[in-house]
Amino acid sequence: MTAVPAQRTPSWRRRRRRAVLWGWLFLTPLVVLFTAFSLWPIVASWWYSFFAWDGVGPPEVWVGLGNFAEALQASSFWNAFWNSFVFSLGALLVEFPLALCFALLLNSVLLRGRNLYRLALFLPVVATTAVIGLVLAIMLAPVGGVVNEALLTLGIVDRPINFLGDPDIALPTLVGIDIWKGFGITLIYWLAAIQTVPKDLYEAARLDGAGARQQLVNVTLPVVMPIAVVIFLLTFQRSLNTFELVQAVTGGGPVFATDVLPTYIYRYAFDAEMAAPRYGFACAVGVLFGLFTLIITLMQSPALAGRLRRSAS
Amino acid sequence: MTIVSPSTTVRTDPTAPPPRPNRGRASGDRRRIRWWHLFLLPFCFLWVYPFLWMISASFKSRQEMLLGGLHLWPQDWTFDNFQRAWTIGRFGEYTGNTFTFAITALVITVVTASLAGYALSAKDLPGRKIVMGVLVAAMFIPHGYTIIPVFELVNALGLQNGLLGAALAQAAPGLVVPVLLYVGFFGGVPKELGEAARVDGAGYLRTFVSVMAPLAKPVTGTVVLMSFIGSWNAFFVPLVFTLGRPDLRTLGVGMYNFFGTDTTDWTGLAAGASISVIPIVILFLFLQRTFVEGIAGAVKS
Repeated sequence: MTAVPAQRTPSWRRRRRRAVLWGWLFLTPLVVLFTAFSLWPIVASWWYSFFAWDGVGPPEVWVGLGNFAEALQASSFWNAFWNSFVFSLGALLVEFPLALCFALLLNSVLLRGRNLYRLALFLPVVATTAVIGLVLAIMLAPVGGVVNEALLTLGIVDRPINFLGDPDIALPTLVGIDIWKGFGITLIYWLAAIQTVPKDLYEAARLDGAGARQQLVNVTLPVVMPIAVVIFLLTFQRSLNTFELVQAVTGGGPVFATDVLPTYIYRYAFDAEMAAPRYGFACAVGVLFGLFTLIITLMQSPALAGRLRRSAS
Repeated sequence: MTIVSPSTTVRTDPTAPPPRPNRGRASGDRRRIRWWHLFLLPFCFLWVYPFLWMISASFKSRQEMLLGGLHLWPQDWTFDNFQRAWTIGRFGEYTGNTFTFAITALVITVVTASLAGYALSAKDLPGRKIVMGVLVAAMFIPHGYTIIPVFELVNALGLQNGLLGAALAQAAPGLVVPVLLYVGFFGGVPKELGEAARVDGAGYLRTFVSVMAPLAKPVTGTVVLMSFIGSWNAFFVPLVFTLGRPDLRTLGVGMYNFFGTDTTDWTGLAAGASISVIPIVILFLFLQRTFVEGIAGAVKS
C-alpha cells in the first residue's frame, strides 16, 4: 500500500478507507481487552486507594491519603517491602551473573551434552511454581525431609536445619528456591543475547591473535551489554513479583519473616482469616508497590534509551 | 534435544577456533572444557533431583515416606496415592478445569494477538503509533496490584461464576509479547504476497484468513505454547477467581486439598504434584525448540 500521490483516485481512496476500517476492526478485541483488563485496573486501583472500602458495594468513605499514611507508618509494610527487595537482590546479584557464566559455558559447541544441561536447568521454569514450591517444602522439612537427611548423613550438620520454620533462615531459603526456579529463563535470555554477536567479529579477533578470554572481554561482553539492560529489567520485574512461591510455601510466615508485598496485599484484600477485607488499603499498598517498581525501572531508563537509540541507528 | 536453535551448532562459537586449520588447538580446548562437567553435573543434578524425588514419592507408601530415606526407588510400588489424588483430592475434576481454563485463555490470546498483529503491521494505519506506544509502555509500567479492579470488572460482567472471567483476566494482560511477535512476523512478510491476494480479488479479511494466518504458523506455535504453559501453571488468577467456587479450582490451586486441619497427606500431595507437573513437562519436552526459540526471539527483538 505504498501508493504514490498520482494514484490517489477515488477508487484508491475508497480502498484505503476500507483497509483502515478493517485494520481497526482487527484491533478492536485487543483495544477492548487490554483497556479493560490492563489499563483501566491501574487507574481504578489508584482511585480505590483513597477510600476505606471493604469491597462490598460502591466505595463511599473517602479517606484521602489516609491509607498511604497508614501503610508508610506500618512496620509490617516496611518488612514486606524489605523482603521483596531481598528477593530482587538475590536475583540480580546471584542469578543474573551466574546465568551469564552458564550461558557462556553452555554456548560452547565444544561442550558435550550442552543441550541436556540446558534442558535440565530449564525444567523448573516450565513447572508450576506453587506445586514445585510445595514439593520443595516437603523436601526441606526438618523431620524426614530429604535435604536434612542428606546433610546429616554427609556430616555437614549435626542437627536438622528448620529451613522454612526458622524466621532467620526462611527468607534466604525462599530466595534460594526462587533463584533455582527462575535460573533457566535468565539463562535463555543470556543465550539469546550471546547469539546476537556477529560471528565475523570473532574471526577478526582471532586473526588479531585474541585468545578465548580476550574474545570474551573484547567481543562478547561489549556486544551483549546493551541487551543485558533488558535482561536486568526482566529479572528485576520477575523477582519483585514473587507471589506464588511465597504463598504456597510459607504464606509469608513464620511470623511474617518471608512476607513480601504481593502476599501482604493479598492478605488484606482476600484472606478469609482477616476480619473484613480492606480493599482500599490493599490498593494503596499496590499503588506504592507500583510506584516503587516504576522508580527503579526509570532509573534504568537512560541505559534503556541508549540501547534503543543504538538499535535505531 | 536442541534447546535454543538448530543453527547454534553451525554458528561459530566464542571459544571455538576455526575447525580445520589447527586441529591440535581444538582438541586442547575440548580437553580443557571437559573439566567443566565436574562442575556442571552436580549443579544440574540439583536442578533435576526435586522432580525425580517428586515422582518417586508419589509411588511410595505413606510409611516409607514418613521414614524418609534418600532412595529414589520406592521399596513397594503403590498407585494408591494417584487414586486418592484423583478421587478424594478431586484432581480428576481439576485436570478438566485446568484444560478448560488454559484452552480458553489460549484461544483469546491467539485470536486477539494475531488480528491485532496483522493490523499493526500496516505501517500506514492511523493510530498505529499510539497503540504500539501504549502496549510497550504497559510492559514497563508496573501493574502493581490490579487484581482487585479486575475482580470487580469480572463481577460486573457477570462472569464471576465460571472460568471465562478467569481466562480473560489471565490472557488480557499477557497480550503484549504475542502481539509484538505477530507484528514482527507480519511486518517481514513481503508486500507482494498481500498485493497478489488482492489482485486475485481477496478482501482484507480473506487475505488474512487464507494467506497471512497460515503463513504465521511458526509464530502461532510459539504463542500457543507460551500461553498454554503460562495458564496451565497459573496460580494467582485462578486462586482469586475460585475462592468462592472450590469446584472450579485448577490443579495448582487444588494442591491445598491435601492439607488437612491437623494432618497433611504428603504422598497424596506428591501424586497430585506429579499429575499437575508431568503433562506440562512432557509437552515442553516435545515442543521445547519452538518454546525456547519464541522466548529468545521475544528477547532479541
